[in-house]
Amino acid sequence: MLSMLQTLNGRFLLVLALVSASLIGCGEQNVRFNATDITGANYGQDFELVDSHGQLRTLEDFRGEVVMIYFGFIQCPDVCPTALMRAVEVKDALGPSGDKFRVVYITVDPERDTPEIVSAYLAAFDPGFVGLHPTMEELPEVAKSFRVFYRKVPTGDSYTMDHTATSFVYDTQGRLRLAVSHSMEVAPIVEDVRTLLQAAR
Amino acid sequence: MKKSLLGSILALAMAPLFAQVTVEDPWVRGTVPQQQATGAFMMLTAETDARLVAAESPVAGVVEIHEMAMENDVMKMREIPALDLPAGQTMELKPGGYHVMLMQLKEQMVGGTVVPITLIFEDSAGERFTQEIEARVTALGAAREGADKPMQHQHGHRH
Repeated sequence: MLSMLQTLNGRFLLVLALVSASLIGCGEQNVRFNATDITGANYGQDFELVDSHGQLRTLEDFRGEVVMIYFGFIQCPDVCPTALMRAVEVKDALGPSGDKFRVVYITVDPERDTPEIVSAYLAAFDPGFVGLHPTMEELPEVAKSFRVFYRKVPTGDSYTMDHTATSFVYDTQGRLRLAVSHSMEVAPIVEDVRTLLQAAR
Repeated sequence: MKKSLLGSILALAMAPLFAQVTVEDPWVRGTVPQQQATGAFMMLTAETDARLVAAESPVAGVVEIHEMAMENDVMKMREIPALDLPAGQTMELKPGGYHVMLMQLKEQMVGGTVVPITLIFEDSAGERFTQEIEARVTALGAAREGADKPMQHQHGHRH
């Protein structure tokens, strides 16, 4: 009797497991993204950095918003402004829910990217964009924790920065979900951000 | 002697036809105060093989020709010694590719203003010729930079 109960119990658990697996399947696995899905990644979990106004910020500050993090430098003539412009277009295309799309810029050039320059620069794109300023000491650790590459390269009597141009997207719970390549267009990103915002409802 | 002189005159007269670069839609990306660098973009079409070898501008202490490349989504920007302009082929200097890099900026690049730039070319015989252009500054963060302005055609001449 005891063994029969155990078997039944075992079957019941198996069925329960199958049912819940299929339920989870409906909720999670059917979500398809245009960008690279990196849900469950063990890097880029959080940050604790000072913004352009001297406030210490963490991901927690942006709960309820889809956050897009971009690493860059302001003396960049090409890629960084292109990526920020794309972010502006994504926000515009989202319409009213654009309020729940937050762009966070983390400098890889703390030497030249002063809070004044970064806040003026980001404001030219969108007043809601947040600039974060790792110190020279913090930068290697921050980059490592996001698996972001950066390198100072001399040019003329100045220098430029090689850096990862991928944008990282977080859901409204602050979980890292997507890696968005620099070459990705506006429309597919908008679609992905909408998906993340809808999942939060 | 007389013949060769005539030849020289003819060559001089013909020269602009053979060493001409059409510059279209030149623009400079706007900056914020204290920003030290920005890029100039344009389309270049040479009538005969030429190379863009240098550029100068009164607004910048240093001007270089740069190439941008993406490797595994890592952005790399490098100075190149020259940009080849094969005859009849339009070379586009645009975000994601080539640009004229303006460094040590002496002033803020304000949207709507015009920046003079001197382009220095070399023809296939290695002879240099310059061309003055005026590039319009597109405000930083303005929608679709470079796409919203009327076409400007500017032609180069041998000096």
